Formats: sequence, structure tokens, C-alpha cells
Amino acid sequence: MDMNERKIGDVILALDNISLSFGAMKVLDDISFDVRQGEIRSIIGPNGAGKSSMLNVINGFYHPQEGSITFRGEKRKEMDVHKAAASGIARTFQNIALFKGMSTLDNIMTGRNLKMKCNIFQQGWYWGKAQKEEIEHRQKVEEIIDFLEIQNIRKTPVGRLPYGFQKRVELGRALAAEPDILLLDEPMAGMNVEEKEDMSRFILDINDEFGTTIILIEHDMGVVMDLSDRVVVLDYGLQLADGPPDEVRSNQTVIDAYLGVSH
Amino acid sequence: MIYREAGVYKTTYRADHAIFTIPQDRWSMIGIFAIAFLLIPAVGSEYWLGAIMLPFLILALAALGLNILTGYCGQLSLGTGGFMATGAFSAYKLATSFPDMHIVLVIFGAGLIAAAVGILFGIPSLRIKGFYLAVATLASQFFLIWMFDKFGWFTNYSASGVISAPPMTIFGDVFITGPEASLVAKYMFTLSVVVLLALVAKNLVRSNIGREWRAVRDMDIAAEIIGIPMLRTKLKAFAVSSFFCGVAGALWAFLYTGSVEPLAFDVNRSFQVLFMIIIGGLGSIMGAFLGAAFIILLPILLNNLPTMLGLNIRTDMISHMEYMIFGALIVFFLIVEPHGLARLWSLLKEKLRLWPFPH
Repeated sequence: MDMNERKIGDVILALDNISLSFGAMKVLDDISFDVRQGEIRSIIGPNGAGKSSMLNVINGFYHPQEGSITFRGEKRKEMDVHKAAASGIARTFQNIALFKGMSTLDNIMTGRNLKMKCNIFQQGWYWGKAQKEEIEHRQKVEEIIDFLEIQNIRKTPVGRLPYGFQKRVELGRALAAEPDILLLDEPMAGMNVEEKEDMSRFILDINDEFGTTIILIEHDMGVVMDLSDRVVVLDYGLQLADGPPDEVRSNQTVIDAYLGVSH
Repeated sequence: MIYREAGVYKTTYRADHAIFTIPQDRWSMIGIFAIAFLLIPAVGSEYWLGAIMLPFLILALAALGLNILTGYCGQLSLGTGGFMATGAFSAYKLATSFPDMHIVLVIFGAGLIAAAVGILFGIPSLRIKGFYLAVATLASQFFLIWMFDKFGWFTNYSASGVISAPPMTIFGDVFITGPEASLVAKYMFTLSVVVLLALVAKNLVRSNIGREWRAVRDMDIAAEIIGIPMLRTKLKAFAVSSFFCGVAGALWAFLYTGSVEPLAFDVNRSFQVLFMIIIGGLGSIMGAFLGAAFIILLPILLNNLPTMLGLNIRTDMISHMEYMIFGALIVFFLIVEPHGLARLWSLLKEKLRLWPFPH
């Protein structure tokens, strides 16, 4: 990958002194980092470090007790789930959260729900405006289906698909919203090398072709170090390090957290 | 071999989004419409039209409404009878307060009032789910029936608490309610309303709103995170569902029975419609019709079968057997085929693609 060609812009999302606790349990403790337009930003850390909680704070599913979130220059205490989706933040989940009873096509079409404007009466009549809208969005969705190479499963109920394809459909559903920021929670968990390579290629292409900013949680260090522009490291809710992959890799605190250290 | 989509090439997304993409399905549907609109009114006896087709169509409409709420949106409801009663009594109040109002406006107006009531009782669905929501809707069922029973205003202070449909006409002089109305006219009117609303239901569930409902049903948290507003989507399901049930209730009171008391829409009615969608198929438009046909026709079949077979079984025994067979069938469907008759039908179609060849 040629880093020089990619355009990394200004800070689009900044998290300042975020603290989140559930009762007495402190899940995130004074975390601060920022994300620049167009970069691939990874969050790593051992299990239970607070990585998924961090994503949940970013898309408004969790509301932190302290700190602030600045998104596109607008500073606020917490995000709201619906507003986050409407303002261009999409995500995938660690445990696949697809709509199991629906086909691949319908799942990805659902990802465009915020862009569909016909009211319930127009949809009830269908012919005319609603049909036109439906077909317009179908075209967009087909582009995504082509991009992710899942043409042959478009009418298959997702519950019947193998795991790797389900992960792809979920990525497709997130992409359908044409997000500015894409949150990927362990997109490669449980995949074999080949599937990981495919997924890495998709992530790079999304970033490259659509200019989408990506925040990535991943346990495969090889993938993280190869893909990311900058990496933030969490452990037990604390921020251990933040910087480019090489810097993080050689950071002694990070090595200790991952390998353990004798006290 | 018999049923196949081979050779059907869709070259536009418009064609791929059609209701029936396979010509065979289209032609079967046209055949069913021809039978329903032409053959049945021409040859159907009084008994068939009045005692089988009318309740079948009306309950299929109510089942369609409940299927939108429960089968598509995943909100379990036991308030169907209450919403049907709302439709029936609203139609009565509209027809008696505004005697010049057209029957079509009365029926659909009653549906709209039922929709408003449905929205009101749907509000708790944001906080409670599953069986707990069922209990909340059960409360609405009892409340609504109690209300229509208790306050004389709803029945125009009739001493018996029974409402009777005033005679109303369509196309100027064709009576479709009241004693002068012919069964054929009643049947044709009901059929037209049901076909129209079934089409609307099909359009809704294949559009964005239908995908949003299914998304809420399958995984509500993911639905919320991709931007589907939870309360609004659920309330839309309650509104559309109650509208259908309300229209069904109005048709029941005005066209089927002619006069009705609140108890005709008690909790047993709610369960009857719920069984229809369980047996017919949750989340299927066709399932509502199959389930309604099954539940209307089975008791008639069970009643006549011993005589047809020459068996001498006492009538009370027959009615007990009816309950037993019904219960057994519901348990059977819940265990073996939770997607009901509609699913069996699509399995049959898959088999017919290959039959008589092994593969």
C-alpha cells in the first residue's frame, strides 16, 4: 500500500477524557484520542480492555459519565444512537447482528433506511414514487453487492449463510448507509487466513475508494500493524499508548500488557 | 418440473421487485381472482356465501392485521378483539351520527379510529417486550370491551347493549347492510375491501417500512444502531395492524352479523385470530388467508365428517373432539413448523421444481 497517495485530513472526531463506568466497575478511565478524516485508526488491547465499549461510546449506545466527544467540530457530552447513524457513523458488531429472517439483499437495503423518504401511504400504494425510490436504492445496493462479491447469495436468508459471508453482509449493511466513519468491531474474528486477506482488502478498498474513515478493533496484530495509520492501546480501561504502528509495537508498556510482566 | 422459474429472465430491478416474479404464480393469482369474483358469487349457495366466505374473508383481514404486528414486527398482541370492537363501534357511531356518510367512508373511518386507539395502546411496547407486552395488550382487550359494555353512549343507549347496522347502500341503490341487502352484494363488497387491503399489506411489507419492521423483530438493538427509530416503527406497526383489525371489526358488525354486542369481540376472538397466524404462518401475507381458511373450515369438516363416514357420534362428543384436535394441531405446528402452512406451501413448491426427477 502506498501511504503517500492517501489523503489524511483534519481531525473529524475527538474524544477527550472519556470515563465510563457501570456501577463500581470502571470500564473506560480518562481516554483521549482523535481520529483524522480518511485514516484507519485501530483500537487494540487484551480482552476486556474496553475496546467495544469505546465504539459504543462513539456511536452513542453508551453514555460516558465524564469527558466530551467532538464530532465535526461540534462538542457534546455524549452521542445519541439515532443522531450518530443519521450523521454518518455506521458500525459492525463483534457478534454478528444481522436480521436473520431476511435475505442478504433485504439486510443491505435496510442499511439505507435513513435515506428512504417515502411515507407510509406512498409505500402502501407502492406504484409511483415508492417504486422509483426502491429501485434507485436497489441500484446502490447492487453496487455494494458487487464490491463485496456476494452476488450469488443476494436472495439467501442470512441465517443460512456461513460465518464469513455473514460478516461480509454485515459490512455491506454498514456500507449501505454511505458512512463517513465506519466502526468495525473485530471484523476478522474467527476467520481463516484467506478470509482475513479478503476482509483486509475490502477494508483498504473502502478506505481508499470511498475515503471512509475507519475505526478498527482487531486482535490479529499482523493485520492491525499492516492496515492502520495510528493505533491506540487500551488495557483495563486505561490508555497505554497512542501512535503509529511502529511506535506502538516497540512501546515497553504495551509489550508488558500483552505478554505479561513479573512484578 | 411442474413449478419452475427456469427460463424466466428478469432484466430490470423493477421486474425483480414485482409481487409475483414467476409467470405461473401470476396466472394462479389471476385464476384465484376469477374464482373469487366471478365463480363463487355465481354458484355459491346462501350457506357458502353467508356462513363460510364472509367470516373467512373478514377474519383473514384481521389475521393480516395481526400478522403485520406480530409476524412482521415481532410485537405479540392479544388485543385483536378489542381493536375489532373499536372498529365495529366506531363504524356504528359514525353511521348513526352522520346518516349521509358513505359506507366506504364509514368503514375506513372506523379503521382510522381503531388505528388511533392502537397507537395509544402500542406506546408501552417501547419498554416491554414478548410475553409482557402480550399481557399489556390483553389489558387493552379487556378495557376496550368493558368500555363498550359500560358506557351507553357507544350503543346509542340501546337497552340490550347490542348495535345494529343501519341499512346503507353503495352505487346509489345497492343495499349492502341491513335486512334488504343480498348476500352477493355483501360478499362482493367484503371481497373488494379485503383484496385492496391485502395488496396494501403486501406493498408495505416489501417496502422500506416492512424491512424496518422485520429488522425490529429480528434484532432490535442492531436496528436502532442503523438508524431505525424504535418507537415510531413499532407505533406504525400498531397503527396499520389496528387499522386492519378495525376495518375487519366494522365489516363483521355491519356486513356479516348485522348486529353485534361487545362480547362478540372478547378475548376468544383475539386467540382465534392469533391461532390463525400461527397455523397459517407468522410473517406471511398468504399465511393469514391459509390460517383463516383452516380455522373456519376445520370445525365444519369435523362436524360433518362422522356423518359422511357413516359413524354415529354424539354431537357433544364431536364438539369436544373439535377442541382436542384444534389444541393438538396448534401444538403440532408450534413444534414442527413454526412458519405454518405458508412455509409448507413454499416447501411443496421447492419439491415440485424437481419432481418427478430426483435432482
